[in-house]
Amino acid sequence: MSQSESCIRLIDIHKSFGSQEVLRGVDLDIERGQTTVICGESGQGKSVLLKHILGLVRPDRGRVLVEGEDITRIKGAALNRLRTRFGVLFQGVALFDSMSVFDNIALPLRERSRLPEKEVKKKVLASLKMMDLEGSTDKFPAQLSGGMKKRVGLARALQLEPDILLFDEPTTGLDPVKSHDVYRLFFETQKKLDYTSVIVSHDIPKIFNLADKIAILHQGEVRACLAPEELQRSRDPFVRDFIVRVMGSAHSSKSELSVE
Amino acid sequence: MLEGLQKFGRWGLESLESMGRSALFLLQTLLGAVQAPYKIRPILCQIQVIGSGSFLVIFFTGAFVGMVLGLQGYYTLSKYGSSSALGAAVALSLVRELGPVLTALMVIGRTGSAMCAELGIMRISEQIDALDCMAINPYRYLVAPKLIAGLLSIPLLTAVFNLVGVFGGYMVGVVLLHGNGGAYMASMRDSVTAVDLKMCFVKSVCFAFLLVWVCAEHGFWVNRRSWGFGAEGVSRATTSAVVVSSVSVLVADYVITSLMI
Repeated sequence: MSQSESCIRLIDIHKSFGSQEVLRGVDLDIERGQTTVICGESGQGKSVLLKHILGLVRPDRGRVLVEGEDITRIKGAALNRLRTRFGVLFQGVALFDSMSVFDNIALPLRERSRLPEKEVKKKVLASLKMMDLEGSTDKFPAQLSGGMKKRVGLARALQLEPDILLFDEPTTGLDPVKSHDVYRLFFETQKKLDYTSVIVSHDIPKIFNLADKIAILHQGEVRACLAPEELQRSRDPFVRDFIVRVMGSAHSSKSELSVE
Repeated sequence: MLEGLQKFGRWGLESLESMGRSALFLLQTLLGAVQAPYKIRPILCQIQVIGSGSFLVIFFTGAFVGMVLGLQGYYTLSKYGSSSALGAAVALSLVRELGPVLTALMVIGRTGSAMCAELGIMRISEQIDALDCMAINPYRYLVAPKLIAGLLSIPLLTAVFNLVGVFGGYMVGVVLLHGNGGAYMASMRDSVTAVDLKMCFVKSVCFAFLLVWVCAEHGFWVNRRSWGFGAEGVSRATTSAVVVSSVSVLVADYVITSLMI
């Protein structure tokens, strides 16, 4: 399979909650092995879009193809089989608050693999070491800082060595140092495991360093999906306006500004 | 007029949806309970929460209900010169009605509300979504152990309630009020039949099933109801779970009694 082949395809996704139309025909291709960042203002439906990819929310219209299979039409064992290929880091991390850090990370291994407990322990301790969490094995999520929680969440998401990793605002609420730690771990693990990743983030322009593609979601539609450098060179007035608004005019080239 | 019809129609559709969701929840839980691999540890943990955790409450409730029955029964029966039938009155009241019903109500208050709040918080903090994403069946992982533990624990707690209640009645009717101990035991032995014990068992199993179903479903789908989100939604779901499950137990009590009497 070629590197540029689509791993996830969202085709004409429409979704309303009551009278509120959140997604109005989203089309997006996410390529294998690449990092696609979905950005946009708050309330534009970024997290809802991520939940469509996971099959947690079903669209009113449209299809979500994951490795060629329409996740909106499959159920039960087929859906579970597809989901074992995902790793997810939720916005609120969604750690199990009645379990220790060790048990949280061990959960997918205990429930979804046939590894003996000794192997599970070995694997979890290795993950804790990688995430710089060695002293937190017996702590509970309530005893962790925001950055530590994110690292535990990332360790848990990586346990089954997923092909696709989805991050919902991985650095929200973290200071710049902790954000840097999360990005460093993301970079290291992606290099090692070569997974396809989809990141919903507000952390612009920092996230541009990690992204292969940036998709801008606006009023329920993907208005642009370009490489970071293409995005900064784009002549599309909407894209230029977005770049200037979120990054300041310094990031927009002189030629672009002169067009205005 | 048209607006009223629309409201009625919306209410009807929401009620149907709610019933369907509840039935599917039960079906998924039952399928989860029989799905391999079978894990004993989560069930034992829930038995500890529902069974062992409720033991003291049930013990004291059973003791004082039995003592009140002994006291009331002794004075009422004495008026008709039938105080020797005190054992039968206490035992039949407990075994047929009060044992299963009060045990279920106490477990709803103590464990059912906690079960609903626990699942509700897991839902609003995306922990249940996280299980889904890890391809871990939340019905099998979270709800089925509660159902199995409830079905095993609640009949046993009912037996404890009955036993302690009979002993409480004996303490008041015989030890405190100097009734006839032999007559108390003999009347109980003569009047309580296998049918009564069977009814008690059937009731306790049905109540266990109902209370776990209602309380767990209210928490599990807290986000699908019009109760609002967050802490308020969980709090309202918990209140509703306790009310609905308590009323369901009383309705089921009448139905089972009318079928088995």
